[in-house]
Amino acid sequence: MTAHVPPARHLLRAKDLADARYFERLDVDDLARAARLSRAHFSREFRRAFGEPPHAYLLTRRLERAAALLRSTDRSVADICFSVGLQSVGSFTTSFTRTYGKSPTAYRATFPPAAQYARIPGCVLRAYGRPQRSTFREDRGPAPR
Amino acid sequence: MFQLSITQLWVHDQDEALAFYTQKLGMEVRIDVTMAEMGYFRWLTVGPVGQPDVAIVLMPIAGPPMMDDETAEQVRSLMAKGFAGAVFLTTDDCRAAYEELKARGVEFSEEPEDRPYGIDCGFRDPSGNSFRLTQVRDLSPV
Repeated sequence: MTAHVPPARHLLRAKDLADARYFERLDVDDLARAARLSRAHFSREFRRAFGEPPHAYLLTRRLERAAALLRSTDRSVADICFSVGLQSVGSFTTSFTRTYGKSPTAYRATFPPAAQYARIPGCVLRAYGRPQRSTFREDRGPAPR
Repeated sequence: MFQLSITQLWVHDQDEALAFYTQKLGMEVRIDVTMAEMGYFRWLTVGPVGQPDVAIVLMPIAGPPMMDDETAEQVRSLMAKGFAGAVFLTTDDCRAAYEELKARGVEFSEEPEDRPYGIDCGFRDPSGNSFRLTQVRDLSPV
């Protein structure tokens, strides 16, 4: 009754899960469950279909997002590490450095500050940049009615 | 001559909005910077994966000096009534997207329904901004 589904379709389900939910505490076991395969079999099949093991795919997905956040936000390295679903800042720094050839902080320093990309419109700049509640000498007297 | 690039939604709480837009809707953070010299104004934009040239600013309801208290209250009131902002999203499969978003905790105000132009459903963000999610029917002439 069930139509035949090519095995790669199940693997794609796992890959889609990694793409969509990388920021959660997702691991290879979760991906294997999404593909409805045993972990060992899943890892082998995933590698055959997509050319790299699932843990490497998930990690590079997270590192790509982390690199983007290092370039485009002013959040701390630890915050970025957790927001892409990784739990250890130490391992994050190690994998990031291995992949990008620089530590997260050094990588960030090679790009212009993220604030440069914030296209804050002039009206907002003018309003928020204006000094607030400045005390001028003329404020001392009773307010004119 | 020009393209739509960034549009703005007022939000009650930027952290709450960020969690909703990224973790529930699955959008990406585009820019997140806080300007100390501007009273810690936070410019926060998000956008759909695969559509890098379009973003939404999640804008805090300003206080003085940007907005006087009365105006800010009016904006809050409009948001509470659901009239502050709306976004129209499209999808290839409305019912599947509905199921997925619902499973992630998005509260729908309208279930998927057939319409002359396709299938669509509706939900709100935590600030009350309205979203429609539409699977547009191909209306090209046969």
